[in-house]
Amino acid sequence: MAEAAQRVAPAPEPELARRRRLAIVPAFNEENTIERVIEEIRTFDPGFEIVVVDDGSIDRTAFVAERAGAHVLRLPFNLGIGGAVQAGYQFARDYGFDLAVQVDGDGQHDAREIAALVEPILDGRADMVVGTRFATGGGYRGTRVRRVGIHLFAALVSLLVRQRVTDTTSGFRAVNRKGIRLFAIEYPPDYPEVEATVVLSRHHLRMVEVPVVMRIRETGSSSITALRSVYYMVKVLLALFIGLFRRYSTELEEP
Amino acid sequence: MTPFRVSIAAGAAAIILLLVIFELIRSRRLQERYALLWLLTGIVILILSAWRGALSRLADLVGIAYPPSALFVLASLFVLVVLLHYSTVISKLSDQNRILAQRLALLEHELKNKDPD
Repeated sequence: MAEAAQRVAPAPEPELARRRRLAIVPAFNEENTIERVIEEIRTFDPGFEIVVVDDGSIDRTAFVAERAGAHVLRLPFNLGIGGAVQAGYQFARDYGFDLAVQVDGDGQHDAREIAALVEPILDGRADMVVGTRFATGGGYRGTRVRRVGIHLFAALVSLLVRQRVTDTTSGFRAVNRKGIRLFAIEYPPDYPEVEATVVLSRHHLRMVEVPVVMRIRETGSSSITALRSVYYMVKVLLALFIGLFRRYSTELEEP
Repeated sequence: MTPFRVSIAAGAAAIILLLVIFELIRSRRLQERYALLWLLTGIVILILSAWRGALSRLADLVGIAYPPSALFVLASLFVLVVLLHYSTVISKLSDQNRILAQRLALLEHELKNKDPD
């Protein structure tokens, strides 16, 4: 009886404990926040292995992360968020992880929300879960251009993947083995989140959004400033448009 | 006014350029970020070859007597900008290439010293 009650608990801890799980933390000059991010993930679940991808930082990010006990991939120069995150997925694939969670190195993602993020994957309902800011209204501010962009892409991506998507630019995500294999091979380089969602859908993987509260970023600024937003939008729109005419054939089954 | 044949030839050339760029991106031989300037070039030439009044006014504005020359000048300008952009890209790539070579050498050294047996 007690066992049955446990099995329907909202966060099935034993289910999570059975998986080999990895937190991928992309970081670019985050020496002030990276240690706290690592500790928060540990506090939430000590069973998580953590890989910090240092995207060519010029500060002590890699040193601090290593001291805190994380695996560190130090990229020889700045690849941008897409290249950094993809290196994390390759790490996850090569070391056989079952589940990977992306957590930003700047501290805007609350590690306690990982519980909500991994639940649909543990239930087998999703291959990728995206933490979305908009269902809760908590803790997010951005420039007006960026907000317009976010809503434009939400509408467009919803159309492309035939499913309602509210937050296409959120980098707070969890994926299962299939998602890891896909992103290790196919991950857009520059501004990846929007395209990654579409690429996932084109490979017939399932995506679920869950509402999460995000913090206002603690240090540094968004990698997308108002000025670059136009370039960003044009580039992503072009990529989405041409993606419609691409054939995708990444093999996702385990060999 | 621009002769019709010039407009048609320029328009056709612009369309072919756009199609080639599209196919290059689709087959992943050209990344989106390096295609944007080319696309802009193709679109501007296409617009000016179809919208002949605008081309005439543009030629007038900068004192070019024969409007098709303005099209030619504009296309050359775009090519210059693309070339300049590529020069910056090559500079960045050669920088990254040097860094990769250095990191590889350091790594090789480290591996050799770690594995004496």
